[in-house]
Amino acid sequence: MKRRDFLAGLAGSIAFSRAALAQVEPLDPLVLAVTNGVPVKKGKVTVVLPQLADNGNSVPIRITVDSPMTEAEHVKSIHLYAERNPVRNMANFYLGPRAGKAEINSRVRLAGSQKVAAIAKLSDGSVWYDTASIVVTLSACLDES
Amino acid sequence: MKRVRARLVLAAALATGTAFAQERAIPLDQLKPGSAFLGADLRSLQADEFANPGTLWVERGERLWREPAGKKKQSCAGCHKDAQTSMRGVAARYPRVDPASGKLLNLEGRINACRVDRQGVEPLRYESEELLGITAYVARQSRGVPIAASIAGFARSHFDAGEAAFRLRRGQMNLSCAHCHEANWGKRLLSETISQGHPNAYPAYRMEWQTMGSLARRLRACLSGIRAEMLPYGSPEYLDLELYLAWRAQGLPIETPGVRR
Amino acid sequence: MSARIQISPQAKRGEIIEVRVLIQHPMETGYRHDDVGHLIKRNVINLLSCRYNGVEVFRADLSSGIAANPYIQFYTVAETSGELEFTWIDDEGQQGSERQPIVVSG
Repeated sequence: MKRRDFLAGLAGSIAFSRAALAQVEPLDPLVLAVTNGVPVKKGKVTVVLPQLADNGNSVPIRITVDSPMTEAEHVKSIHLYAERNPVRNMANFYLGPRAGKAEINSRVRLAGSQKVAAIAKLSDGSVWYDTASIVVTLSACLDES
Repeated sequence: MKRVRARLVLAAALATGTAFAQERAIPLDQLKPGSAFLGADLRSLQADEFANPGTLWVERGERLWREPAGKKKQSCAGCHKDAQTSMRGVAARYPRVDPASGKLLNLEGRINACRVDRQGVEPLRYESEELLGITAYVARQSRGVPIAASIAGFARSHFDAGEAAFRLRRGQMNLSCAHCHEANWGKRLLSETISQGHPNAYPAYRMEWQTMGSLARRLRACLSGIRAEMLPYGSPEYLDLELYLAWRAQGLPIETPGVRR
Repeated sequence: MSARIQISPQAKRGEIIEVRVLIQHPMETGYRHDDVGHLIKRNVINLLSCRYNGVEVFRADLSSGIAANPYIQFYTVAETSGELEFTWIDDEGQQGSERQPIVVSG
């Protein structure tokens, strides 16, 4: 999806929902597939990205969810999106009470400066999210080796 | 008395040529590896013994080290035994003139010479996973050992040619290596800080490549950056330049497998 | 495909242990061209799973948005001695697996 289209979609959706302002688009088909229309609330999830990345090919990311991770109350899945990547759904992680701790660390590819969102589905059916912004700088030298 | 001795030393130094009198291209207290010019994330990734992606190639090299090859079923370990002891410090002395052939060899060239002469198999292609793996594994054994390549004897002419290559203006931008990495290191070029251009972390994992690459690939990338002609892998000019770079970096500890932008 | 797995080999029952996985794979995006201008086909590890004594404790769907030579770190609770088995598969159907023993005390 082009940035233009994304922004157009974003602008259109403001008419439907104020949540669109917070960058996660509840009516986005990609997000709908995860949420089944359950309202997405900001909170519980924390996405940590560096403010600036020297290279978008490998950016460290940490996602944590505030949850006791017990049988009764745990995170079922975490879904990771990048606003401007050609494939926006970067990864889905499925966990459960046996994780003990709702934290994932990885390294992602980011096609330029943008916002990244993580959506967590909890065992009680609630859905939470957080976003983080990053500036990806371009290499000073061409490299065609 | 002291002054007289100092004058004598100076005179002796002048008599033995510029490289001796000059001692170093960059004073030891200002010598900085490429990692010093990286952001915190890549520096910590290089230091992370598990997550440094270059370790995947080092492990592959370790397996290849023990793998018998050719009709004689000869492995690297067959002659050199445990690389942890036999290869310690070796990478810090390369490029080096091979006494048998009289040729200047870098580590890749040495490994391929061993393959052809001792194992009786084909040389490995530059940038093949296998050659990167063995080279990284051998160089890894010298992690922390300061570079001390010799420029004496037969190496001298290669050193001189290497320095000339370092100072030669090339390409559409009409730049030499020295313009960036000698006269302007530490200054900003767009979002990056120009490094001193040292070879001590190669083969290295570059984020730009998203894979491991040799020093020769890095040199080609630099040439591409200044829009100059890229020479073929293994060309003599690169080897001479690699020797000059090793001399420039003398005293810097080997960091292989490095992580770079 | 070579891979590295790091877990602490010994743990107390109930202890939360850190699991680190690093797999050698280009995670080809499908948007890059080769030297002669041909598009390189997308090929990424699309599924990674971890079983603890046969029970799945972690699974991930991955895409081209995950960096080459993927690094994934997660957690699991040490329950009984045995092994953790990691399996993954890429778009071309190539599978990889790795096992790591664990000794749980208490």
